[in-house]
Amino acid sequence: MCRLFAITSQDPLSPMVAIEALDVMREGHDGSGVGLFLRDLGGPFEEIKDAPILSGIFTDAGLKRLDAFMMDIGFMTKYKLSIKVPKAVPPGVPRRDVYLIRAYEYPEEWDGLPAAELQRRLLQVRLQLRHMGEEKRDMIVFSFWPDVIMIKEIGDPLTVARYLRLERKELRARVIMAQGRQNTNYAINLYACHPFFIQGLASMTNGENTAFVPIREFLASRGFDGYIGYQSDSEVFTHILHYTLHSLKLGLEAYKHVITPLNDAAIAAHPDAVLLRHLKHSCRPLIIDGPNCVIGCLLDHSLFMVQDRKKLRPGVVGGRPGRFAFSSEICGLDAAIPDRDKARDFQPMHLDTVIIGPDRQEIRTCSQTDPLPPAP
Amino acid sequence: MLADRPITPSTLSLKDLPWQIVWDREKCTLCGRCTAVCPVQAIELGVFRKRSVVPSLDPQRPPANSFATYYGIRQKTDPACRCVGCATCTLVCPNDAILPVHSDEADKLRFHINAGGQPRNRGGRRNVPGSILDRIKFTRISMLTDPALDAGRHEFELRTLLGRVLPPEKNLQFLRENGWIPPVREIYPLIIGGMSFGALSPNMWEALQLGVAYLNEELGIPVRICTGEGGCPPRLLRSRFLKYVILQIASGYFGWDEIIHAIPEMKEDPCAIEIKYGQGAKPGDGGLLMWYKVNRLIAAIRGVPAGVSLPSPPTHQTQYSIEESVAKMILSMSMAWGFRVPVYPKISGTSTAMAVLNNLTRNPYAAGLAIDGEDGGTGAAYNVSMDHMGHPIASNIRDGYKTLVELGQQNEIPLFAGGGIGKSGNLAANAAALIMLGASGVQVGKSIMQAAAGCVGSESDRCNICNIGQCPKGITSQDPRLYRRLDVDAVAQRLVDTVLSFDTELKKIVAPLGRSTSLPIGMADAIGIDDAHAAGRLDIRFVV
Ligand code: SF4
Ligand code: SF4
Repeated sequence: MCRLFAITSQDPLSPMVAIEALDVMREGHDGSGVGLFLRDLGGPFEEIKDAPILSGIFTDAGLKRLDAFMMDIGFMTKYKLSIKVPKAVPPGVPRRDVYLIRAYEYPEEWDGLPAAELQRRLLQVRLQLRHMGEEKRDMIVFSFWPDVIMIKEIGDPLTVARYLRLERKELRARVIMAQGRQNTNYAINLYACHPFFIQGLASMTNGENTAFVPIREFLASRGFDGYIGYQSDSEVFTHILHYTLHSLKLGLEAYKHVITPLNDAAIAAHPDAVLLRHLKHSCRPLIIDGPNCVIGCLLDHSLFMVQDRKKLRPGVVGGRPGRFAFSSEICGLDAAIPDRDKARDFQPMHLDTVIIGPDRQEIRTCSQTDPLPPAP
Repeated sequence: MLADRPITPSTLSLKDLPWQIVWDREKCTLCGRCTAVCPVQAIELGVFRKRSVVPSLDPQRPPANSFATYYGIRQKTDPACRCVGCATCTLVCPNDAILPVHSDEADKLRFHINAGGQPRNRGGRRNVPGSILDRIKFTRISMLTDPALDAGRHEFELRTLLGRVLPPEKNLQFLRENGWIPPVREIYPLIIGGMSFGALSPNMWEALQLGVAYLNEELGIPVRICTGEGGCPPRLLRSRFLKYVILQIASGYFGWDEIIHAIPEMKEDPCAIEIKYGQGAKPGDGGLLMWYKVNRLIAAIRGVPAGVSLPSPPTHQTQYSIEESVAKMILSMSMAWGFRVPVYPKISGTSTAMAVLNNLTRNPYAAGLAIDGEDGGTGAAYNVSMDHMGHPIASNIRDGYKTLVELGQQNEIPLFAGGGIGKSGNLAANAAALIMLGASGVQVGKSIMQAAAGCVGSESDRCNICNIGQCPKGITSQDPRLYRRLDVDAVAQRLVDTVLSFDTELKKIVAPLGRSTSLPIGMADAIGIDDAHAAGRLDIRFVV
């Protein structure tokens, strides 16, 4: 089972906080990979919050193709964080040419585009790069979005982090999500590494998604370009979140109703029974049915955690005003926020969605039996 | 056979018959129960001659003969009275003196059951044992990667949907805007398939209805039952139990006068309306209730004269094109109940099923599609239709599901699979395999008759005389002397037992696959088969 850790803090933190928390939970993952999602960035990125940042791994040839491509569509490099890796590669980590984190200036023609169109185009660029990379196997692209950096690599999390020198001061973020991978049924492929990202939303999961194939078929047949990939059965959680918020235009509170709907008796007793019954019927193929803990991040920088219908996975949230964290295990939380009131730690159960809002002041819990907030 | 009797081409010996009666003179008490009970008069009282040689040790007295006669059971060889192997004689014999045994080679009778140019007509099923469904294994077991679920203790919701489900966006939009949202029923994935009042005896019908009502009201298992084409008893139409019933309309429209007239008095809407265009056992053929079974009660419910055979036409007379007339029929039926009742067609398995399905995807009122495969059963049909016509259900369902996936409508039009599910006794495993191939549920007939009422019919041509009204178990007979053999309460109880054990077995299958809160429709990654060609055709894993 993979180990998950996410933290949201008023002051920008180094990703090492998360990596160290993963390291104390080392027994739960086999060090077959690590994934990092950083948002609400500090350091040099503080000044360029609107500039889309491309994160990925490139060969030298891939980088040339990238430059030509971006130039062609009018993107100018605004800032880049160069990760120069030492010659000696630690065991278990593949040798790469370039770990890219590069912020761009939008093309002039994009000025004044409505937000939705801008987001659509950013997705298109990322998908195009991904396709190009898959063709020649010279680029892997994780995200292309303002104020978001993603890093993924195969190997033990702490080893990888030290190797890439992730403690560098340019790399600071207020929201960090990290996953230590336990490789199970799918071959190691960086596109199979959590967290997954689509149009500003990210999530990571542990557990096996037993309903993966029907869910993948359902998402892939929605006619939305971004619903591709699925090298990991957990990628669908991110896409279902996207589908719930974007296509169904529902709030985060509805996400759990989509993936783990209430049973019929509980729906009948719910104030939003009619809506929930329709949601359960029409989104039936999106029911996850597996043992999963999902941690995700929304556009407004909220972090959330939900559990499967039977609560078969561990997961805890705790912290203090200004800094909260989600962790697979309490020891991860202890490592990252030792100075918290442990009595207030909370382990969400089968009906709960827990949310730490962008203000990072408190843990908000909503139960599936609560009335849904009015549609946003 | 007497020496002076002529031999004709159709003169058969006992050896030429499919079933031979073995009778034990030692045990027989000559009570006559077997001859009285035989549904086809295959056996009769026989007078046998016995010559015994009486040797003598006395040279003065030569050996002598003694002549005697005795009484016993004689099996007829006339094709019209051939033994069908039902073993009712065995059942009633107080001394176990009589038993039908199956011939050790293919019978010669089959070449002669066409006297007068009339091909063989019978009831039952396709006389081919076994099914590809029995070979599908559930191979994706969650173990160390995840805790498996506990079939005994975890919460399970094994429900399916019958009705047109809108795509989520549209559903929510219509909900906001008060648009028409098609009716959808949450039902159990096991449906008792269309067996008509007429084909079944009144006791059998009542027992099934009773069992279904009990399952729903006492056990909370929403099993539904389809009427088949024969109308519905007036009191049921006006009762609250109608909500558990799927009314079938077929090309003969039998009973629909009564149904339409009852609409204003209905307390509940029926679960759904099934428009039968075809039946797996006899594709391209209409329904058939032979005259033996059309008594006054049946005639009254169907709105026809008694004592005449009731064939329904092969197709609906109004049907000239699927685009218009099927759509019109679905619409008329929807309209009759104010668009509150799902209406779906049932077709026989066919290589053209995808054309029908494609058409339904464009018809917003179509609530689903039921496909009845070649192993479906029937009360009466030509042998050739039963044995040689039709399409296997597995590939039809798989193709249907994949077609829907391509269109993104896999959750919108539920497919229901019928035909031979549980024919080898593996009801839950067959049903689960079809669900994972893409069916939303299964329709079961014969298997329920066997389990709940003790039907003795089989794929080795045992019994299968449902057409002539002489069912030895009283299941498919309209003769009160026969159907009184069927204890209504006992059959209802057996139905409940059967469904409960199905439910447990289904959980035992889906729990280790890590599924519990939604039916694993289309979860084809969970199954495999030991035949590479079948695996390729069904797009599932080849496992050896
Ligand atoms: S097995 Fe059935 S058909 Fe044959 S003799 Fe016995 S009762 Fe008659
Ligand atoms: S027992 Fe009755 S229902 Fe079963 S095959 Fe024989 S006649 Fe048909």
